[in-house]
Amino acid sequence: MTFDHIVAHPGQWLRGDGPHDKIVVSSRIRFARNLKDRPFPGWAKKAERLKILGELQDHVAAIPAMDDGYTAPLQDLTALQKQILVERHLVSREHASKSAGSAVVISHDQQLSIMINEEDHLRMQSLLPGLQLREAYKINNEADFYLEDRVPYAFHPDLGYLTACPTNVGTGLRASAMVHLPALVLAEQINQIVNSVGKIGLAVRGLYGEGTEALGNLFQVSNQTTLGETEEEIIDRLVKVIEQVIEHEQNARQTLLERRANMLLDQIGRAYGVLGHARAIASKEALNLLSVMKLGADLGLFPESAQLAVDELFITTQPAHLQLGEKKEKLSPEERDTLRADLVRAKLKKIPEPDIAKVKPAANGNGKKKDK
Amino acid sequence: MHCDVCQKNDATVYLTQIVEGKMQKVNLCEHCAKEKGVSDPTGFAMADLLLGLGATQQIEHGGQPAQKCPVCGFTQIDFKKTGRLGCSACYDTFADGLANLLKGMHKGLKHTGKMPARLSRRYAMADRVKSLETDLQKAVKNEKYEDAARLRDEIQKIEHELQA
Repeated sequence: MTFDHIVAHPGQWLRGDGPHDKIVVSSRIRFARNLKDRPFPGWAKKAERLKILGELQDHVAAIPAMDDGYTAPLQDLTALQKQILVERHLVSREHASKSAGSAVVISHDQQLSIMINEEDHLRMQSLLPGLQLREAYKINNEADFYLEDRVPYAFHPDLGYLTACPTNVGTGLRASAMVHLPALVLAEQINQIVNSVGKIGLAVRGLYGEGTEALGNLFQVSNQTTLGETEEEIIDRLVKVIEQVIEHEQNARQTLLERRANMLLDQIGRAYGVLGHARAIASKEALNLLSVMKLGADLGLFPESAQLAVDELFITTQPAHLQLGEKKEKLSPEERDTLRADLVRAKLKKIPEPDIAKVKPAANGNGKKKDK
Repeated sequence: MHCDVCQKNDATVYLTQIVEGKMQKVNLCEHCAKEKGVSDPTGFAMADLLLGLGATQQIEHGGQPAQKCPVCGFTQIDFKKTGRLGCSACYDTFADGLANLLKGMHKGLKHTGKMPARLSRRYAMADRVKSLETDLQKAVKNEKYEDAARLRDEIQKIEHELQA
């Protein structure tokens, strides 16, 4: 498989068919693994890193799931190619900053990607659309099972899998789901959710944006601890919490439809209007409006084909994807904003106006709404 | 306000995260935020960051400050700087101090999850040997020498397999 193939065929999670895929965009499982008694990548000298890479790469590429996959040493990738892989969630930002001595191996279906010499010698992750954490775990587990017979893992009878950072020791497992929660944000209930999820040892973070700010109403829910629980316990707990979050979001959507339909339609109409006519749009504004469009599509205000178009724009409006195919070496932020607006406008032309009749409750029946 | 990491530049990125009901705050300058991957939440754990800022000092309580990992040459000072360890053997070298750190960070101190299948077979065999040895002692004590001989053979057989 070539890099161009990856560019032309976005991974399955982007075209997403999966359980609860209206709210759960994707599920990810990551394992951290290391070689016994060898310096971790951050501490190893370059020669040692290259040696470890040499020992690992062929084994990783030989994993059955990696058949007809893509293997690239990081120094062979351009800055733009690395950034594309980051925006596709196939490599971490940290890994993209690496060069000689690190590599990435991606499966043909792009469900499994393994980073060699990231923070740990091996970081394997599988990514699936919708809520499929257990299925993703299975994919990772098979790869792990193949490798553990061929390379000597650093494993401690009490501490489990040993990792460069003590926060990952034990299972070395990070399970996470990307969830889209526009109604909870609109209804201003999101902070409550974030707080209560935090209380049970899970973390909620914005996917884009910094700190508590979440652009595009996209949040990442993940486990924080890795030692003292089995993989199944960690995943079960996460799945239960996510199922509750889904329920809260569904309730919030229903409540908005019943009580504040006009506000909701107003937001969706404005998003449609701005995205359909903007001549320059920054990434932040685009993400937030696309999120509202996505909500509109989920509620049936747009035809089904609009869902995929909107989902794609979340990725194709990001900087590296905009740069792709441009002749100019490096676009300025202003040029990117113009290009982004062009791209969004072209897509929006194919989406008809929001069909308000699809929303049953009387749109003008906002009893409590105070017009001045 | 200065950046919590470099202590030099002005902080422009303010992070708040709630973990297990405890609010944690970190202020960073743009450079350090980028370096720590803050803009990429998938690759960033607040605990990592906090670890680099003070929690790592905890490992100094155990062992001598000049302690050095015999396998990779890593020292506690290096850990304080990076919040990462040098190699898998560091977990033994700095075991005393790490225990405190891990206690505050995780649900427990004992791994209960999966393990490499080969190791799990080895552990199972080692457990079997232990229980057979207990039986053997009992047999000898009760002068059941036929049983004892059988148990001894079985133990030898497993130990032979373990060495292979």
